[in-house]
Amino acid sequence: MTTATLPATDERATNRRPFRISQPLTYIALTAAALLMVLPFTWMILGSFKDNSEIIANPAAWLPEQWTLSNYADLVGGLNFSNAFVNSFVVAVACVIGNLAFSSMAGYALAKIDFAGRRLLFGLVLGMLMIPPIATFVPLFVLVTNMGLSNTLYGLILPYLVTPLGVFLMRQFIGEIPDALLEAAQIDGASQWRIFWQIVLPLCRPPLATLAILTFLAQWNNFLWPLVVAQTEDKYTLPVALALYSIGQNGTNYALLMAGAALVVLPILVLFLLLQRQFIQGVASTGIK
Amino acid sequence: MSVPELKSVGGSRTARPAHGRRRRSLIAWAFAAPYFLLFVVFGAGPVIASLGFSVTDIGVRDVRSPFGVNFVGLSNFAELFGDEQFRRAILNTLYFVAVGIPLTMGLGLVAAIALNSGINRLKGVFRVSFFAPFVTSIIAIAVVWRYLYQDDGFINGVLARIGIAGPDWLNDPHWAMPALIVMAVWRNIGLPMVIFLAGLQGIPRDVYEAAAVDGSRGFTTFWRITLPLLRPTTLVVAVLLSIGYLQFFEEPFVMTGGGPLDSTISIGYYAYEQFGFGEYGMAAAASYVLVAFIVLLSLLQFRIFRNRG
Repeated sequence: MTTATLPATDERATNRRPFRISQPLTYIALTAAALLMVLPFTWMILGSFKDNSEIIANPAAWLPEQWTLSNYADLVGGLNFSNAFVNSFVVAVACVIGNLAFSSMAGYALAKIDFAGRRLLFGLVLGMLMIPPIATFVPLFVLVTNMGLSNTLYGLILPYLVTPLGVFLMRQFIGEIPDALLEAAQIDGASQWRIFWQIVLPLCRPPLATLAILTFLAQWNNFLWPLVVAQTEDKYTLPVALALYSIGQNGTNYALLMAGAALVVLPILVLFLLLQRQFIQGVASTGIK
Repeated sequence: MSVPELKSVGGSRTARPAHGRRRRSLIAWAFAAPYFLLFVVFGAGPVIASLGFSVTDIGVRDVRSPFGVNFVGLSNFAELFGDEQFRRAILNTLYFVAVGIPLTMGLGLVAAIALNSGINRLKGVFRVSFFAPFVTSIIAIAVVWRYLYQDDGFINGVLARIGIAGPDWLNDPHWAMPALIVMAVWRNIGLPMVIFLAGLQGIPRDVYEAAAVDGSRGFTTFWRITLPLLRPTTLVVAVLLSIGYLQFFEEPFVMTGGGPLDSTISIGYYAYEQFGFGEYGMAAAASYVLVAFIVLLSLLQFRIFRNRG
């Protein structure tokens, strides 16, 4: 009886799928849309291998007539993009380390230790989640300048060593670890630090990975703060170097600009392709770019 | 059995000496201290300071002595709203939000439905290509699109081939903003898509079966069943997108410089410009107007989507 009814309901379910659009049509529409989505990236990458006389040709050809690496060579050589690349990387990695370390510790305290001020602290974090960087950059600049850190990498890093998102994520996850697990360790005489280090942290790999990805992404793409703090070319991050170059007097050298854009975009695209599940889930669950 | 056990645990807790509790608080604060020290100094502090700045005449000359400035009340805000350029910036920002968000959400929903319509092959490829622009630098994207939007650029080349003479997008006061909106929709569509996709997959199948038994089909099912059940998801998407869209700054910075004729200047861009002029009080005031909009729009969306529930 049961074996006979089960397949029947299954079939009915697939037959009465909520929206029956014809499948070939769906595929055609999705493929067209996907091509549109990747078109600007394709155009960027192909353009980065053209020379500047070819890139302003009208109508422009898809493929470079003469493939050239000179745009990349110019960027890395004359225009300090290699320096900006290193700065971007150092800032992003430092912020990842800071966020992982400090957020997991604070998240543990907020989730698992009952103490005075706990609610107040978490309320503060929640309140800050919605505040955009543009709301704080002016006083932050005054502060960092007075600390003697304007136009330094420390100045770029310090304000982003911790983010509201980090504590939010970690507290959420650690809160779901069963209390019994931690109490058992406590009864065995383990200190809070040992419980955190040997029990909680090893369980926290998934949210730590998410947080690492989101922090790296946010810092690699960060623009306003580096624009404000970095004042000389040797302190620029990639987006700052690219943006200022693109609105400067050489802003019409599109072959060079496409190569610059590719240098900013490609590392993230490669990471994204490798870790797409974590990227999409991380961003979707927090909405933070 | 379990009741006395529970009691004894509770008992041992309340019986714990007061110094044990203080010790626990101390340990907790030690764990939280590095984070909250940085958080207060570089996060929460500046939010308050920014509000303070907005009611003073602080400027670039006061960087070294930020406490020696004059209180000017609300005159920065009066000056802001008296400035035609700032009023234009508010209108532009609202235009960007009001047109950009529904478009992004609508197309994101369509993409999610298409991906959820029972296709299996290439699903991952589609998802990745729709989502990719969202993870890439807005500056790089703006640079690439500025090139696409050139008067004799790629887009007008394609339009010319089908017999349309495209405008000089970024130098035309009527077309510059729509051009930026199209780019923003392209860049952000992946976010509503993945969130809606999760929402769609969370709708139990028997709901659809019941509707089908009652004779509901196709569009009716979508309108009466799917959309109402997606309301919480829609709220999340709307709030996230509006926080992002209201901050609209990098696009005009790279692509138009706020022009032509102020047609793409945004509140964020205006605030940054004031900072560049050394008018820190004005910049802080403008940025607080933006925060007010973010809070207002989020509250509004909560009301709209809650009330209909």
